[in-house]
Amino acid sequence: MVILNDVKMHYPGSKVDVLQDIDLTIEDGEFLFLVGPSGSGKSTIIKLLTGEVRASGGKIKVNGFDLRTIKRRNLHKLRRTLGVIFQDFRLIEDMTVYENVAFAMRVIGAPGRQIKKRVPEVLELVGLSDCADRLPRELSGGEQQRVAIARALVNSPGLIIADEPTGNLDPAKSLEIMLLLKTINDMGTTVLVVTHEKELVNEFKKRVVSLSNGRLIRDGTGGGYY
Amino acid sequence: MRIGRIGYLIKEGLKGVFLHGFRSFASVTVIAACLIIMGSFALVGVNVDSIIKDMESESQILAFVDESLTQDDARLMEGAIRSMGNVRDVKFITREEAMERFKETHKDNVYSDLEASVLRNRYVVYLNDITRMEETKTALESVPGVAEVSAEVGIAKGFITVRNVISVITAILIVILLVVSLFMMSNTIRLATFTRREEIAIMKMVGAGNGFIRFPFIVEGLVLGLLGSGIGFLLEWAIYNFISGRIMDSMAGNLFSILPFSTIMTPMLLVYLAVGVLVGTFGGAMAIRNYLKV
Repeated sequence: MVILNDVKMHYPGSKVDVLQDIDLTIEDGEFLFLVGPSGSGKSTIIKLLTGEVRASGGKIKVNGFDLRTIKRRNLHKLRRTLGVIFQDFRLIEDMTVYENVAFAMRVIGAPGRQIKKRVPEVLELVGLSDCADRLPRELSGGEQQRVAIARALVNSPGLIIADEPTGNLDPAKSLEIMLLLKTINDMGTTVLVVTHEKELVNEFKKRVVSLSNGRLIRDGTGGGYY
Repeated sequence: MRIGRIGYLIKEGLKGVFLHGFRSFASVTVIAACLIIMGSFALVGVNVDSIIKDMESESQILAFVDESLTQDDARLMEGAIRSMGNVRDVKFITREEAMERFKETHKDNVYSDLEASVLRNRYVVYLNDITRMEETKTALESVPGVAEVSAEVGIAKGFITVRNVISVITAILIVILLVVSLFMMSNTIRLATFTRREEIAIMKMVGAGNGFIRFPFIVEGLVLGLLGSGIGFLLEWAIYNFISGRIMDSMAGNLFSILPFSTIMTPMLLVYLAVGVLVGTFGGAMAIRNYLKV
């Protein structure tokens, strides 16, 4: 569950308020689009949710962690409850698909037996069982993003945050990725997708939160509008 | 942390050493070079110290006995002198023995007829610590029966000054070179972390703790540090033996002796390994520090 209560944000040394009075609650199991033009504050919200930056004011709770009080050395505990997907995939180039996904488990100290069992399951879910031994550069953009989704999913996080996951993909591949995220959501994982692709958002009848100039200007549930 | 996890992290650290061969070679070379320079200064310092100590042990004070005392009375003073602080050894020299030595040193006929009675009985007093020569001289002057005390306080002070200056210079150079090694090591590993910053960012994002990220870089630094110190030690050994052999074969070998490497080998090896471990681990930890703040 994510709770943002009266959140304000300005970066140190800057007088510009990147976010102002943001109130937002995301319930467990929800699928939510966060939309808005460039500079509206979408990326800052992601940085706040992952603990990369701290809010200047207000309260933020993510999966039970209070981000106002969490110590830097404990941020990894929060991040283990999250799966983050980026526009540029951020895969490790000299690791195979299998190793990239297994790496996320290894990092949190999962035992080898568990890794061997879980990674093939997740690769099958994202449709990449046949690509396990290939390097990222041998895959298409859509396939690379599937690897990133598998990596985000492998530790069974409570919340998946996808930051412009289709930004580098053609419309057909974008739809495939969104359908995959919806499947993951149907299995019970909360999914937050940050995007500015209007057509894609309208394709799904999901909750859409719109930002503009750092303010939350619209929060529509069940509607496919932008 | 589980054994299997530690094994994985050590493997990752070792992989870093071999994966970036040229960079590892540069680190090892820098550490070895710094240690050789540092060790060379330390060895010069140790040898100078040893030579000065030899010279110091020859430093003595002459306490001349009052002429009014008989030789037997003069011999009775030995106990009082020996019981004084800072006295390592005492030797009584009769005026006859003193004259004999004088004539041996000055083989000139002019002195051949000189009688022993012109000289005084005396004590040669060897000191434990020549820095306290002046104080010992004063104490000797107050011993009943001592007429005069002769001590080369100026020369003793000279020895002390030379030893102190060399110790300070050696210490300063060692600290400077240690900092240089640490800086070079840290920069070399920082290069490694720069090329792997994406990987580190991914690790942070998927929930890796700082210890998990830091450990392989520390292992890498440790291995490079130990390799550098080991190679530096072996080269230092060879260089020392070569140079000390040359000195001992030359004229200078007659004037002073150089410590054999075997006498200083163990502390030297321990210091080298300690510096290697310190520079490697601190260098590794320092280099990664900035990337862990995300």
